[in-house]
Amino acid sequence: MTEGTGTTWTCYDAATMTAREIYGRVLAEMGKTNPSIVGLSADLAKSTSISFFEKAHPTRFFNVGIAEQNLMGIAAGMAKMGLIPFASTFAVFASMRAAEQVRTDICYQNLPVKIIATHGGISFGAAGTTHHCTEDIAIMRSFANMTVIIPADGTETANAVRACVDLPGPVYIRVGRGFEPPFYESADYGFQIGKAKTVQDGSDLAIITCGIGVLQSVEAARTLKEADGLSVRVINMHTIKPIDSDAIMKALTDTRRIITVEEHNTLSGLGSAVADVIAESGKGCAFRKLGLPDVYSEVGYPEDLYAHYKLDANGIIDTIREVMKIEFEEDEDWEDEV
Amino acid sequence: MALTKEERQKLYAQAKQLRNDIVDVTSWAGGAHIGGGLSVIDILTILYFKYLRIDPKNPCWEDRDRLVLSKGHAAVAYVPVLARRGFFNVEEMKTFNKFKSPFGMHPDSKKVCGCDASTGSLGHGLPMAVGMALGARVLGKDIKVYCVLGDGECNEGSIWEALMAAAQFKLTNLITIIDRNRLMIDGPTEKVMGVEPLPDKLKAFGMEVVTVDGHDMDGLSEGIDKALAGKEKPVVVLANTVKGKGVNFMEDQVPWHYGSIDAALKEKAHGSIEKMYEAILKGVSS
Ligand SMILES: Cc1ncc(C[n+]2csc(CCOP(=O)(O)OP(=O)(O)O)c2C)c(N)n1
Repeated sequence: MTEGTGTTWTCYDAATMTAREIYGRVLAEMGKTNPSIVGLSADLAKSTSISFFEKAHPTRFFNVGIAEQNLMGIAAGMAKMGLIPFASTFAVFASMRAAEQVRTDICYQNLPVKIIATHGGISFGAAGTTHHCTEDIAIMRSFANMTVIIPADGTETANAVRACVDLPGPVYIRVGRGFEPPFYESADYGFQIGKAKTVQDGSDLAIITCGIGVLQSVEAARTLKEADGLSVRVINMHTIKPIDSDAIMKALTDTRRIITVEEHNTLSGLGSAVADVIAESGKGCAFRKLGLPDVYSEVGYPEDLYAHYKLDANGIIDTIREVMKIEFEEDEDWEDEV
Repeated sequence: MALTKEERQKLYAQAKQLRNDIVDVTSWAGGAHIGGGLSVIDILTILYFKYLRIDPKNPCWEDRDRLVLSKGHAAVAYVPVLARRGFFNVEEMKTFNKFKSPFGMHPDSKKVCGCDASTGSLGHGLPMAVGMALGARVLGKDIKVYCVLGDGECNEGSIWEALMAAAQFKLTNLITIIDRNRLMIDGPTEKVMGVEPLPDKLKAFGMEVVTVDGHDMDGLSEGIDKALAGKEKPVVVLANTVKGKGVNFMEDQVPWHYGSIDAALKEKAHGSIEKMYEAILKGVSS
């Protein structure tokens, strides 16, 4: 995937760079060939790494100070002038402090503002609930016109950031704090907004996940294959809206057992989006959602928190073993159900 | 009332211990908002060890004064203050940032004994403090509400909405203190998003403004006394401070907004604090 400048994002060593750093560098590079791109932050230019864009294009970058509502309003105004604003702050402030600006100024007017929100989920561990964000999928997917993406790692972040510019409307991309391990080894796996990626095939059960859940799920699937002889499918549902219903329906008919794994309140996130599709299909399946069970998160290092909320490979394995115990009546006509 | 010699000595000695605590907590926690912790510590020291009517043995005492640390990222300073004031065991601070600890980078009022409001998202504290001050009025109670803000935090529109309300409701039981250290995350406040002329803006919003040296206990005491004596307008104490104050290599340095320290830096930091207080403590005891 080569840009006009001759550089490719893969020259950045994804193994040693955080997702947000890759984002900042990719955006800086895109700015060279696309003069419509402008950058905005709210005293978190360095923290979100949009500072790479600031350095490369100082006249097209604006730090609005600690004022997130203003950030989104200004982004909307610039988009009205024909520009493509990338606005970056922490996910919690992008999705909640400025929620109405995002909804009414940006989404209602269907403006091409690209919100790249970092420190999503519980990746900011020790910063606690004020800086965790386990509600943004629910909020952002309820805004008409919005596209919602949670990349699996830095490589996918680069792909998503590149792809989102071509969408005519608003996009919300959530990345972590940056210490999450990489998943993809190469960028050429056919990333497409709205098209889920099956990163591992399987027929006994399907995990539908996004973000850090992808790597953990693949590790869980590997262990379950070796220890239990289970064949587990792992679907990277990087785009939560519009959701890839075909991938969900295929998993449903092929496996009849689905779990979802997300860094979000289980009441209203990816799991709920998947459940909507399943319920509307009229077909039943064994189903569990892993995430935060409608609680405010604890303080701690992210890896401890992931383990606590069963979002790591071990937690996923435990849940799958439970789900595999659920017995089905053999039903010849299952395919014909309403 | 002016500080007595004993009070002055006690407050500086307390602040010294707390600065050392901040350094220790930063090292135990693996990183902390140490710059803004060191700039605000003298303000918190005088509030907790002279002004606040509180009872650590009865932390939920209904008639206590309230304090809202609106710049919640200064938990690295706040937690040691509450510990040294007797709300919980000093040893507990060692769990800072660890799994299920009550103490993270931002204070959680449901978990930290003595903490009146959960903060960390900037711009939330002052509106809550306005609500507390109004609540005290409705209940007919003589409760003072103190609110400590960052200067970068004053970029938030909600701060100005709250100031407008404080003036409108003539909340003289609300004492707002701004830690004016002139730095935020991405650089100096005046470079990133200027707040000057801050005193004029505050006055235009209906506040009375008292400007003090935020590291001078006598100055702080005078400013807070004036605020407590306010009869018409709510008072803002504009405390000029230095981010990182007391640790020479952190003073006025943007990158020390948040940082971690190894054993060598920790020792250097303690040494710097020792040196600063040698002169101060000699001065206040003569
Ligand atoms: C609403 C919100 N936006 C952004 C942040 C991230 N943040 C934490 S501290 C900080 C800078 C604060 O500057 P200031 O108020 O001057 O505090 P100090 O310099 O005293 O630490 C920022 C932007 C936040 N905590 N809350």
